[in-house]
Amino acid sequence: MVSKEELLAILDAVKDPEIPVLSIRDLGILRAVNLTPDGWIIDITPTYSGCPAMITIEEEIAKVLNAHGITQFTINSSLSPAWTTDWITEEGKQKLEEYGIAPPVEEVDKSVLFSKPPVVPCPKCKETHTKMISQFGSTACKAHYQCQECLEPFDYFKCLR
Amino acid sequence: MEHTYKFLLRIGDDSLILGQRLAELCGHGPILEEDIALTNISLDLIGQATNIYTYAAQLEGKGRDADALAFLRLEHQYLNAILVEQPNGNFADTLVRQFFFDVYRKLLFEQLLTSIDQQVAAIAEKSLKETRYHLKHSSEWVIRLGDGTELSKERAQFAILDLWRYTEELFYMDETEIQLAKAGVIPNLKDLKPLWMEQVLSVLNLATLTLPENQGFFGAGRQGRHSEHMGFLLAQLQYMQRVYPNMQW
Repeated sequence: MVSKEELLAILDAVKDPEIPVLSIRDLGILRAVNLTPDGWIIDITPTYSGCPAMITIEEEIAKVLNAHGITQFTINSSLSPAWTTDWITEEGKQKLEEYGIAPPVEEVDKSVLFSKPPVVPCPKCKETHTKMISQFGSTACKAHYQCQECLEPFDYFKCLR
Repeated sequence: MEHTYKFLLRIGDDSLILGQRLAELCGHGPILEEDIALTNISLDLIGQATNIYTYAAQLEGKGRDADALAFLRLEHQYLNAILVEQPNGNFADTLVRQFFFDVYRKLLFEQLLTSIDQQVAAIAEKSLKETRYHLKHSSEWVIRLGDGTELSKERAQFAILDLWRYTEELFYMDETEIQLAKAGVIPNLKDLKPLWMEQVLSVLNLATLTLPENQGFFGAGRQGRHSEHMGFLLAQLQYMQRVYPNMQW
């Protein structure tokens, strides 16, 4: 029987299929693991309601656990408390930036009308002279930016709160 | 339970049908960024529909799942508002439809946060964060189109005249909503109307667009009576499940 710490270490092998440098733990998708008489209960939460990565992530969790001989488990997806980008660990944010995706800045777009988009530093050259190209990027959780200094187009992981 | 189930179908069908409409634009958006934006919104809506149907199916307790509710009902069993099944038309039609809907949905989800039904509140909590992004996107476009060129203004204004008649239905209440509002599961939808109006007008003013006067309202989608567009939409939506029953990806 594995301990909770060992199980979490095993689950570190499960990465976000869209951002393979981040584990589900880094992203805050993995909420909790608990041992019950019926086996492990693994609580996960989606980033966005329609995130297509969730199915892959569930399959991946099952695969990794099976590979370690763990067969008694239930994967439970819960919506509340809703995921926000605050659930991404500091380590996760650093990994994002190294991977070329600007991590969420501590600023939320609450205002509905023509609010200024947040200032997002370029993950390549670190300049803050960047421009939002589109509020919606390659996946639901990202916006599309371009650095006005080095001209690098990049993804920005939107701040969600 | 029966009332909650029916209400969930009403808001779940709004999500699914509008999600399907926006999905039609995949690869057909006017510019790449909008193609991506509209399909991202579609994805959020279909994800919300999945969460809503999953709970509805559980309440129904007949062993149906979210897919069965999404794909295997007949036209009159869908309870979405007629607004969301209207065709995409031109870009202004798509964005005005989205704007009217987003304002309503944001207000609805804000109120559902305090629902005594915890799963309804959880779905609202999750969906609200996405809906805020949708509303920001559609509001900005309505302003840009209205206060834009002569042609964009004309099209945006026409879209408003065309779609306005379907907006009253968003606040439709029958026995289902009345009972649920009494029980604290949902807000009184009639109370949302003035708030909706205020927010819609604040954007339309900035967009230099106006509302039609003395126009009647129309729509019985909440009772399962749809416009002629619905059958075509469902034919496409349901095709695979009808031709290959129980198929899985």
